[in-house]
Amino acid sequence: MATHSKPVYDSASYRVSAISELRELGKYRYLIGQLIRRDILTRYKRSVLGVAWTMLNPLGTMLILTFVFSNFFKSAVAHYPVYILSGLLVWNFFAQGTNASISGLVWGGSLLKRIYIPSSVFGVSAIGTALVNMVISLIPLVIVMLVDGAPFYLSMLFLPVSILLLTAFTLGFGLFISSVAVFFPDVAEMYQVLLTAWLYLTPIIYPESLIPAKWLPFYKINPMYWMVKMYRLPIFEGRIPTWQEFLPAIAWAVGMLIVGWLYFTSKTEEYAYRV
Amino acid sequence: MSDVIEEKDELPVPQPMIQLENVSVDYRLPSERIGTFKEYAIRKLQRKIRINKFSALKGVNLQVNQGEVFGLIGNNGAGKSTMLKVISKVLKPTTGRVVIYGKIAPLLELGAGFHPELSGRENVFLNGSLLGYSRAEMEVVFDDIVEFSELSQFIDSPVRAYSSGMFARLGFAVATAHVPEILILDEILSVGDEAFQRKCNNRMKSFQQAGTTVLMVSHALDTLEGMCNRLAWIDHGKILKIGEPHEVIAAYRGENW
Repeated sequence: MATHSKPVYDSASYRVSAISELRELGKYRYLIGQLIRRDILTRYKRSVLGVAWTMLNPLGTMLILTFVFSNFFKSAVAHYPVYILSGLLVWNFFAQGTNASISGLVWGGSLLKRIYIPSSVFGVSAIGTALVNMVISLIPLVIVMLVDGAPFYLSMLFLPVSILLLTAFTLGFGLFISSVAVFFPDVAEMYQVLLTAWLYLTPIIYPESLIPAKWLPFYKINPMYWMVKMYRLPIFEGRIPTWQEFLPAIAWAVGMLIVGWLYFTSKTEEYAYRV
Repeated sequence: MSDVIEEKDELPVPQPMIQLENVSVDYRLPSERIGTFKEYAIRKLQRKIRINKFSALKGVNLQVNQGEVFGLIGNNGAGKSTMLKVISKVLKPTTGRVVIYGKIAPLLELGAGFHPELSGRENVFLNGSLLGYSRAEMEVVFDDIVEFSELSQFIDSPVRAYSSGMFARLGFAVATAHVPEILILDEILSVGDEAFQRKCNNRMKSFQQAGTTVLMVSHALDTLEGMCNRLAWIDHGKILKIGEPHEVIAAYRGENW
């Protein structure tokens, strides 16, 4: 066995920083893949339809919402099912991803007390799982568009950019909220209420045109307003966003990712004491 | 009573693998449980958050050399587990310094991290990845894991169908699949039936021959006496005695019986 002149670990020079955690994340990429795989395989393991539920879930919600609201909004939105589904896709990704970040870190906490694992792997794999689910649920969107006779636009090729922005924003927010939830367990419950309110404050179910002009500036503070727009414009309106629409989305995505990562890594050394 | 390291090694030039210099760990426990954010905010404003400091380790000095099998004994709450955490990079010491000169393989509480719905095969890779191994590293040892755990017939069944013995066997096989430089064992040697225990002990001995440094915590004093080169007795966060296993055990028993 080799003798070591250089220490593998020295607590005096060891400090979790935004950079060091990134390096550790790279070393543990196989674990990230394994956690995503586990979550996708086991979620529907005992159900007969299996992964098909990833598609049936948003479809079902869409059908109900269409049935309930189509009379209100029909005149305002053509192809209302497509409108709803494209918005729900965004919302489900965000809600699932951030919730899974919280539960992932709490589950991982029992391991973090015993063995060293870079704690960010739980948040990252949670978003990875949500990402896989969202890509799968693009299939029912296409089907609904075909059935509803909605046009397919070339602008849909912009979607990978939209997905990237939403992923960055959700990861940043998920890291932040899971970090807070470690220290205050009640935050996980409060967050469910917040999510419901947030859903209704974002034009997902109702058309944006119904928002009174004087309230619109307030809606635009909401980052999810911009994230949803990144999907709706190319899918629904057939155009890529203008710079005025694109820049706020980029700013929120990059800003949230940086803030979330910095906050999360600044608390990392305390997790083993707390989770 | 002293924290001084005794120089009693047979090796001509002892190569340190684990060094603790004046290590202390303080847990900060809120004096009352503050569960909600609201409560916290109110009390923070009122400056009413009292925090009790609990010192789990108090200025511990220790050196474990390469190839040693080193045991820790002491009553519950003495600080043994905290010591393992500080060494395996889980906790950063509040003060003092920990230096480790080799890759650490923690033996996870057997089966922790297993998912009941996944098959034995899938759990081997999942568990291996939690321990920090790559896919390639796990593929190399996979057959050996299956053979050692005697589960070849059941490796593709979900582990929820496993008995607790099968569970433990698979966990031990994964954790010890690679010859580690430093192995950490926290009270987990008593798994499975007698035949499997013998197998575990043989594996530990082969590690020892390969030069692995082993750090173990156990309440099974006889097992420790048989396996360890040196023991340390920890009480209330301090090392009370360190040295030959039978001497340390005698002192410990003298105090507790």
